[in-house]
Amino acid sequence: MEPVVELVEAVAVLGRFPAVAGVSMRVDRGEIVLLRGPNGAGKTTLLRLCAGLLPLERGTGRVLGCDLAGQRQLIRTRVGLLGHNNGLYADLTVRENVRFWGATVGASNEEVAASMATMGLDGRLASVQVGRLSAGQKRRTALACLVARRAELWLLDEPHAGLDAAGRDELDATLHAAVAAGATVMVASHELERAGSLATRVVDVVGGVVALAGPTSEATNLRAADGTEHPAAAGKR
Amino acid sequence: MTLIAVARLMAAKDLRVELRSRVVLNQVLPFAAVVMVLFGFALDNDGILPQVAPGLIWLATMFSLLIVVQRAFAVEAADGALDALQVAGVRPAGIFLGKAAALAVQLFVLQIGLVFGSVLLFNSKLHPGGLVLLLVTLVAATLGMTFVGTIYGGLAAGATGRETLLPLLLLPVVAPVLIGATRATEASLSVGGTSMREGWAWIALLATFATLFGIGGSLAFGSLLEDQ
Repeated sequence: MEPVVELVEAVAVLGRFPAVAGVSMRVDRGEIVLLRGPNGAGKTTLLRLCAGLLPLERGTGRVLGCDLAGQRQLIRTRVGLLGHNNGLYADLTVRENVRFWGATVGASNEEVAASMATMGLDGRLASVQVGRLSAGQKRRTALACLVARRAELWLLDEPHAGLDAAGRDELDATLHAAVAAGATVMVASHELERAGSLATRVVDVVGGVVALAGPTSEATNLRAADGTEHPAAAGKR
Repeated sequence: MTLIAVARLMAAKDLRVELRSRVVLNQVLPFAAVVMVLFGFALDNDGILPQVAPGLIWLATMFSLLIVVQRAFAVEAADGALDALQVAGVRPAGIFLGKAAALAVQLFVLQIGLVFGSVLLFNSKLHPGGLVLLLVTLVAATLGMTFVGTIYGGLAAGATGRETLLPLLLLPVVAPVLIGATRATEASLSVGGTSMREGWAWIALLATFATLFGIGGSLAFGSLLEDQ
């Protein structure tokens, strides 16, 4: 089966700095891959590269069967990226935001309603302007937009940030449901305990390259390539 | 989605945002009115004001354009929505046309207010024979201004110091619209010695300007967003 993401010696630059400096990795359909590493390791850039937002400077890459060098626009219509920002309009209500983002892929009203229900936004919150929501409620709205967009590859950067315990549980359930429906997920997170329990595989990113990759059970017990013991591993003892 | 569908989606969203926030109604319209009144004070001479009113209308429009363009892209940049539109693969030409259409509607409403303000403040006279020309001038000049505004608004959206960068980039480019629209408005209001025939000739310039920047913006907007 063709991998969802396949990078070979991929290089992506921010300005003149190679934030992704020769990453080779493969992600198969149905996986939930946790990208972990210190700040500035290149996790966010790697997600943006996979979303087709950054050009491939060197190496080769394919996402959902599309070439990263020449088919970035096609890739974008099939992936969903939730970064540090939520991409929401503060003056619009939750329902109007989800409807807008759903409309970009032709989602029906029923699909929009289902997306909101999935994230627990179908009650009173649906008619509230996003600018009046808490950080966690905004995050849930952004995730509902992602569900409405029917993304095949979910690229999530710190998705648990700002969510309360119930919101985190809903997020995890949503991700499992998305994977069950055929989606693939890549998560960059510093919340290793929560994201680690969610992931089927962990990839360590250090200095713009993949330092270590393996199942969560193995990876969390190993030292990273830079010699420092990973906090998750330390926490287990 | 078709290009028209994307443009309609974007325009409807932008107009809904404006209806909620009422920035044009509560801030831009009063700002334009203050500009008109200040011009009136500065040129406090009954003989001059009706003569220069067309130019004052378009100067006030141009200053207001800066505010509405900055607002239109601030809404997109505030929570990374412009980035999200790119990730969603929304056609850049559709984003461009939709945002320009929403800006044009807002600016058109503003101009109707300014024309009536000119009648009240500067004693401008509306003639039945010049109404069609006035209406066509408003539409053609508004389209030209909003196409240019959307291009440069998108260009400056991610830039440092965009508040000062936008006027520097935008004002020189819309100068031909200011000249053409002022002459055509003079003709429609029968002031300044511009004949109706000359007024329609200026409309040709305005239409050409709007067409060029409409097509150019549709083609280039994707590259502008990529470079953010």
